[in-house]
Amino acid sequence: MNTTIAAISTNNIGLGAINIIRISGPEAIEIVSKIFSNKKFSQAPSHTIHYGYIKREDEVLDEVLVMLMRAPKTYTKEDVVEINCHGGSVTANKILELLYEKGAVPAEPGEFTKRAFLNGRINLLEAESIEDLLEAKSENARKMAINGVSGKTTKLIQELREKMVGLLANIEVNIDYPEYIDELQITKENITPVLTEIKNELEKIIEESENGQFIKNGITIAIIGRPNVGKSSLLNALLEEDKAIVTDISGTTRDIVEGELLYKGINLKFIDTAGIRETNDLVEKIGVEKSLAIKQKADITILVLNNNEPLTKEEQELLDSIENQKAIIFINKIDLETKLEKVTTSKKIIKGSTRTKKGLEELKQEIINIFSLEDMSYKDLTYLSNTRQISLAKMSLQTIENVIEANEENVPVDMLAIDIRESWENLGQIIGESYEDELVDNIFKRFCLGK
Amino acid sequence: MKYDIIVVGGGHAGIEASHIAAFKGHKTLLITMNKKNIGDMPCNPSIGGTAKGIIVREIDALGGIMGRIADISHFQIKMLNNSKGPAVRSLRAQADKTTYPQNMQIELENTSNLTILEGTVEDLLIEQNKVKGVVLQDGQKILAEAVILTTGTYLKANVLIGSENTPSGPHGEKRSNYLSDNLKKYGFTIQRLKTGTPQRIKASSIDFSKMQPEYGDNTYWTFSFDNQASYKINEQQKCYLIYTNENTHKIILENLDKSAMYGGYVTGIGPRYCPSIEDKLVRFKDKERHQLFLEPESLYYDEWYLQGFSTSMPRDIQEKMVHSLSGLENAVISKYAYAIEYDAIDPLQIYPSLETKVIENLYTAGQINGTSGYEEAAGQGLMAGINASLKLEGKEPLILKRNDAYIGVLIDDLVTKGTQEPYRMLTSRAEFRLILRHDNADLRLREYAHNVGSITEKQYQNYQERQQKLQLGEKYLQETKLKITPEIKEIFLTNQKEVPTITESLYNLLKRPEITMDFLEKILSIPIDDQTKEELEIQIKYEGYIKKTYKEVEKMKKLEEKMIPKDINYQKIKNLASEARQKLEKIRPISVGQAARISGVNPSDIAILSVYLKKEYNKNE
Repeated sequence: MNTTIAAISTNNIGLGAINIIRISGPEAIEIVSKIFSNKKFSQAPSHTIHYGYIKREDEVLDEVLVMLMRAPKTYTKEDVVEINCHGGSVTANKILELLYEKGAVPAEPGEFTKRAFLNGRINLLEAESIEDLLEAKSENARKMAINGVSGKTTKLIQELREKMVGLLANIEVNIDYPEYIDELQITKENITPVLTEIKNELEKIIEESENGQFIKNGITIAIIGRPNVGKSSLLNALLEEDKAIVTDISGTTRDIVEGELLYKGINLKFIDTAGIRETNDLVEKIGVEKSLAIKQKADITILVLNNNEPLTKEEQELLDSIENQKAIIFINKIDLETKLEKVTTSKKIIKGSTRTKKGLEELKQEIINIFSLEDMSYKDLTYLSNTRQISLAKMSLQTIENVIEANEENVPVDMLAIDIRESWENLGQIIGESYEDELVDNIFKRFCLGK
Repeated sequence: MKYDIIVVGGGHAGIEASHIAAFKGHKTLLITMNKKNIGDMPCNPSIGGTAKGIIVREIDALGGIMGRIADISHFQIKMLNNSKGPAVRSLRAQADKTTYPQNMQIELENTSNLTILEGTVEDLLIEQNKVKGVVLQDGQKILAEAVILTTGTYLKANVLIGSENTPSGPHGEKRSNYLSDNLKKYGFTIQRLKTGTPQRIKASSIDFSKMQPEYGDNTYWTFSFDNQASYKINEQQKCYLIYTNENTHKIILENLDKSAMYGGYVTGIGPRYCPSIEDKLVRFKDKERHQLFLEPESLYYDEWYLQGFSTSMPRDIQEKMVHSLSGLENAVISKYAYAIEYDAIDPLQIYPSLETKVIENLYTAGQINGTSGYEEAAGQGLMAGINASLKLEGKEPLILKRNDAYIGVLIDDLVTKGTQEPYRMLTSRAEFRLILRHDNADLRLREYAHNVGSITEKQYQNYQERQQKLQLGEKYLQETKLKITPEIKEIFLTNQKEVPTITESLYNLLKRPEITMDFLEKILSIPIDDQTKEELEIQIKYEGYIKKTYKEVEKMKKLEEKMIPKDINYQKIKNLASEARQKLEKIRPISVGQAARISGVNPSDIAILSVYLKKEYNKNE
């Protein structure tokens, strides 16, 4: 970490009123001094803001405010300078190029956070949460990222680990002090309720976390259906703009068209797919294959049917294919004559019209309902917020389920302890705690033994 | 007079160290304050116990003698934790405090290359940071290539009973007055530790009818892999279980300020797992009673050990306390309980080979390293003896890893984490305990022992034969299929076992949770000896768990294999947290794996260290 790195730290270059360029490393202050008109800058005290111009030779590139933060009380624990320049990608990129010319090197994605981690400024969980914060797509996602940093997740996991270590310490005491029969003896029967409680809590954390993933990343919704039932019209109506090409010639949407909207704080990402039918048109064929793939990858599917036409064989197949996944059926064109017979499905049916906009609000609401996200956006968002954490929690749950099963099969307690310990360690990894003597300390804290 | 190796102290560590050094052909001198105390058991009258019993078997597998001598010197033996699973089973024997030391002394007297000398060592001879010999109390100098200190609780020992504080070793023995001061002078950090021992009671004064007896096992057991059991099951002695009561607690709490501990007379740190009875009452106020055990000390004298009642109360209070116990109303106390304080070194100053970092060719083992327990001491003594010998032979030390042995866990914990209290081995300290079982200690360790020459050819053969038996046994179980005839079906049903639907091998049947070797024997006689059967049953039944443990071992090994060069300069590594830098500087771990186990060294420090090692030392990769 002897290099000085620089990058534009604000997202969506060109959209905001200002851009922030961050520079971190041993030469951060020196490099900026070379291009900054304010001569007092390099000697200024830490955590101060300075006004001036960024100049290449005599040419003024921008009028800026520059923040000076000296190590170690900075994000990376190194010297950090942040240049607030005007919005638009052109100016910011010019300044960045200039910084590179003067000795800074481009920062890799996440490198500031990586340095913060390596310099001991933040732990692994915080590092991950900050990544999330930087990429947060909505207010809810931002809240979730901040909670990670403030350690709410940590507390939740700690409580669960506390339960596990209590059980483990008891098992260990029975093993290490077998003659102390006055202590609670862990048996097949009394271990089950504790394990079940742990399992339930883990399941809850995972479920909420997975739904939390939708808050963070948004929900991907595939719109599928036979050609010309109004899939693109539905997308346009939802987005209230003409993003998809809408014609009445079947098969117009040959590729994938996407659009995003923010609904009740959740990012909904709609993907309009090519109509699904047997076709010999090569371009359209690729489109159809693509849409089937999208349907697999999407979080939820909207199947659009036409009220004005009878159900086809292909549509019946589509209905069957969505039976085992999250899906909503939207019957379009109810302002036209009903030729569609009764549809048999376990999925929720919403009737409406893209022309009259009827049913659209109900459709969006149903998406939120299916993921039970509405409640969540008001709640404290305390779940795990990235894939690594969730997969560790899942591993932890899987192991606990194994323990419960093994216990039913009379597997001895020393084997069970192996899995409980593994589960406990996995949870420890989520919050970056791996204090090995924790268990031994707990044994002596909780039990009274010895000669 | 010049020796290859001098061992200072004839306790359990010193015995193993001197025996193995002599066995390996080195001219060895064992110096003890009192020849009659060699192999003495100053505290509890037992060898083994949870985790400790496994250590005894490891000692046996590596060529040590504790297990062998315990096998011929006990009057009760049992397998602990039978119901709790194979990983934690462990033998404990009630050893006879008369015959165990006697048999040890005979064993050592018959060991060639070994000389025993009575004397007190008070200083070391050192040249250029290398040990050259020892200086006795009378000024006599004895030269040696290597010295192993196994001084037990004798360094500046003080015995405490109430407010009485007597400079003395255990049971009124002499103590060493100057050795620890001299060690301090050479650069060792000296810490003060404390332990204690309970009362001894005259058997004739005990009313056993009020107590619950505890028996030995009905199966024959030996610690040693090379011996047959020589005792008779029905001649085993009983121990007894009793409890403290309300009255006992009242007496103790009312007199708390008179105890050495609570009266402020003790400076040493006592072990959490071995608290005095007053400690137990203070720390666990809600417990209505505490368990105590009465154990005979010897068949040759009339004293019983009152396990669980260790205290530093004055004698008059001890009388009252003991007499409050049911069955001990008229008990005659033959020895009062006492606490003992002694000097120990900081084990962070020794290498995993047990050679000290401060002085070359100087090794330490047992209580001087901050441990507690006969077995822990013996295990270290054995390793110090082996490694001092290997050093003189110009060979690499034998360092047992955490997945090799409890002894490996013990030493790694000591030299990596240090200890603030006397360290006792617990199964919970061994993360790979499923593969560190009592039944496979020979399979784990005899190959190492053979390589370093610490076992006889006969012992190595025994191991090879056992491996062969295991292979044949496994083959038998795989090739023998059980056809479900109506009669066999009936046996399954009457034993409430699920009847197999197809013809299965015994091997596959054993994988089922409810099918045991015992059960299969009801159907057909299995031509495999008991020991092999036990081993195979564990291996087959718990294969999944065992594999999982090996996976964890692999993970650890990767870090363990990343060696840290001896000359590393931690000052040169930027961005290490200052606590981590200090700890690494002090402990100087041999591998990244060991570094990761140091408390205060965080994952981010390990990441930085790994990056640095890659950058600085693997430039050409």
